[in-house]
Amino acid sequence: MERVYLNEERLPFCKGCSHTTLSENTDKALQQLGIPLLDVILVTDIGCHGIIDKAFKTHTVHGLHGRSVALAMGITAGLDHPDKKVIVFIGDGGTTIGMQHLIHAAHRNFNMTVVIHNNMLYGMTGGQPSEFTPCGFKTPTLPEGATEPAADICSIVSAAGASYVERVLGIGDFSESLATAISRPGFCLVEVMEICTSYGVKSNPGMKLAKVVEEADLPVKVYADKQITGPSFKPRENTRSLLDLSPEIPVTVSHTLGHPVRIQLAGSAGERVQSAAEQFAISAIRAGLNATKKGSYPVTVGIGFSASDIIISPDEILYTGSPVPDVLIITSEDGLAYARTALDNMQTGLVFIDESLPVPDTKATLIRQPFRETAGAKEAAKYSLTYMLQREGYF
Amino acid sequence: MSHKVIFTDSSRLITEAAVRAGADVFIGYPITPANLLYYYASKRFPAFMAAPDEITTLQLMSGLAATGKIPVTATSFPGYALMIESINMACMMELPMVIILVQRLGPATGTATMGAQGDLGLVTGTLSGGMAIPVISVSNALDCWKLTANAVETAVTCRTPVILLTSKEEVMTLGNLDIADLPPIHPAKRKTFQSDGEYLPYDPDEDLVPPFLPVGNDRHQVRLTASTHNRKGIIQNSGKEALGNSVRLHEKILKHLPDFTEFDWDEQGKADVLVVSYGITAQAAREAVKEARGAGHQVSLLVAKTLYPVPPEYFRIMGRHERVIIAEENLTGQFRQLLFGAQCPSSVTGITSFGKMITPETITREVLDHGKSIS
Repeated sequence: MERVYLNEERLPFCKGCSHTTLSENTDKALQQLGIPLLDVILVTDIGCHGIIDKAFKTHTVHGLHGRSVALAMGITAGLDHPDKKVIVFIGDGGTTIGMQHLIHAAHRNFNMTVVIHNNMLYGMTGGQPSEFTPCGFKTPTLPEGATEPAADICSIVSAAGASYVERVLGIGDFSESLATAISRPGFCLVEVMEICTSYGVKSNPGMKLAKVVEEADLPVKVYADKQITGPSFKPRENTRSLLDLSPEIPVTVSHTLGHPVRIQLAGSAGERVQSAAEQFAISAIRAGLNATKKGSYPVTVGIGFSASDIIISPDEILYTGSPVPDVLIITSEDGLAYARTALDNMQTGLVFIDESLPVPDTKATLIRQPFRETAGAKEAAKYSLTYMLQREGYF
Repeated sequence: MSHKVIFTDSSRLITEAAVRAGADVFIGYPITPANLLYYYASKRFPAFMAAPDEITTLQLMSGLAATGKIPVTATSFPGYALMIESINMACMMELPMVIILVQRLGPATGTATMGAQGDLGLVTGTLSGGMAIPVISVSNALDCWKLTANAVETAVTCRTPVILLTSKEEVMTLGNLDIADLPPIHPAKRKTFQSDGEYLPYDPDEDLVPPFLPVGNDRHQVRLTASTHNRKGIIQNSGKEALGNSVRLHEKILKHLPDFTEFDWDEQGKADVLVVSYGITAQAAREAVKEARGAGHQVSLLVAKTLYPVPPEYFRIMGRHERVIIAEENLTGQFRQLLFGAQCPSSVTGITSFGKMITPETITREVLDHGKSIS
């Protein structure tokens, strides 16, 4: 048959390798569908199959071992056009290392056709077994034969939700299967079973492909035929500026502060420590001060300590660390445990601590107040800051 | 922009600046402390995709970039480590993208909620073969705005991934900001192939950058490949043309370095002492220099923003001082090693810290000690 999508050069595969048959079947399938040359984007990766790109006259993208499906997801999302046909060539080695990409692409039904060149071993690197080496099948590095069954990628991607899935033998004319897959929407996959002529045939003399596939319990059939339309990636228009979404803070009151004050507020998760600190900082900005605020809390944000460092200053704040606070406010036991370092470091300054807590050893001036009893646990942080501000009169 | 004071973290500024500079798709995989960027991007970017892991993130970005999109992601060390092979691929395919690396304390999972400056060695060594990848570091809120736009423009102009280096403290700390101080940002302009003649995807112009065409276009075949290749995009193992193409990837970055070189140079009279810093420690350095000058000491300050390739200006500035103090928040002084190798000249001192921010007082002390020894 005349080549249309392949150029006239000799294909770069070993004599008798099914990769040649597969490439020619792909050309034939595309001819059957009449797809314009530049509507085809062939994505390949590492493995013998991947050296095919130079033979294709379509767009070609040659990526990393096992990542072609992930790369193709980006391409198909970027093109977002049903007429553009993204075809992925991948081997069983690439499918082994990149199986998550196949599952994800099938699950989301990204528009593409994945053609697995499954010759049941790593051919480019000397014939090592892959996840797709059937039980009993021998390879140069596994002369006693594989002891586990081969992975069934058709069942895996079908379970993940793929639109069209079929397994075929890589012998003769299977272009119709490829054409069906390429013409369908969503994630389509054709697994083409092969035997590597260099390593598979030599390690398993006399073994026939159909028999290997049958004994491996990998039926040649259609596994999924759902015609699922893939997701659309149409960009959103006119998303709102994040600067517009941030409220303006006008200066409405005055301040008396002549120097920066570093405040550490230490309490418990769930007691609104962060929001209290943020409100306090915003109030300072309303008074014409500069303010910074940052939070510290365990990665499990709903339990344990919750602390916040606030700096208020009449001048621009550069360094935002607070290794030694000027003012330390402790509203809970968790806060007290967290604030131990600050307590040790403070040689002067003020420590406001809830009355219910043990009296800590510190060189700072200690002020005990019933924050929790007066305001309740949820409002203790906010109340303690208000109390401190009223006492110190910064603004 | 008119005066409007807001209270914001710099993740907001980075996200907004990236969109205004023309970035149009964000790929996100959650990781502390980069999650604010993920959040803002999901609201603001024209397109947003959640990836199932960081290898997929970079592959999605590469595929999108191949079709003409300008993708951005944000991660920290563990995610970046997974991305490295794919970043190499994107460099070979000459695909524009910005990777925001929010540094946290390592090694390994380290302390996810603690800031650090420990990843400079990692990012400068990203590319196998010693090729340069642009690394731009922010030092304050204004940088988060301006340098994000710079990063997007550099990615598009040079057709390369660009690393925007930040840290937890820089992207998560809230502060007041007058948005009137933010300069306007214009969308990056892409150079595309206009001719009707044959398109060679790796045939560069005089600026060493090939004009772009997206895969899937109806006019010309586009070949992209991660393997060593000739101008047509055909794999060649070690041919002269193909090796020359790989070397060009490095040379194009060097050629465009002046276009994306950014630093603050605050020279004081005849100061003998120079403080050099970058990233989060730059703010402590600014404060330290202010204090030292207030106390009557002469000291100059260089805040490096373009970290890699190293702009030659840095060596000229350092060469004008008897003593150079380089402050950065990692164990061994990665920027100092980048500048001077394993053996630092005796005139250069490092201030380093692991697991806590460097204070202005630490830098001031060092400045005063050096001032004494010089006089």
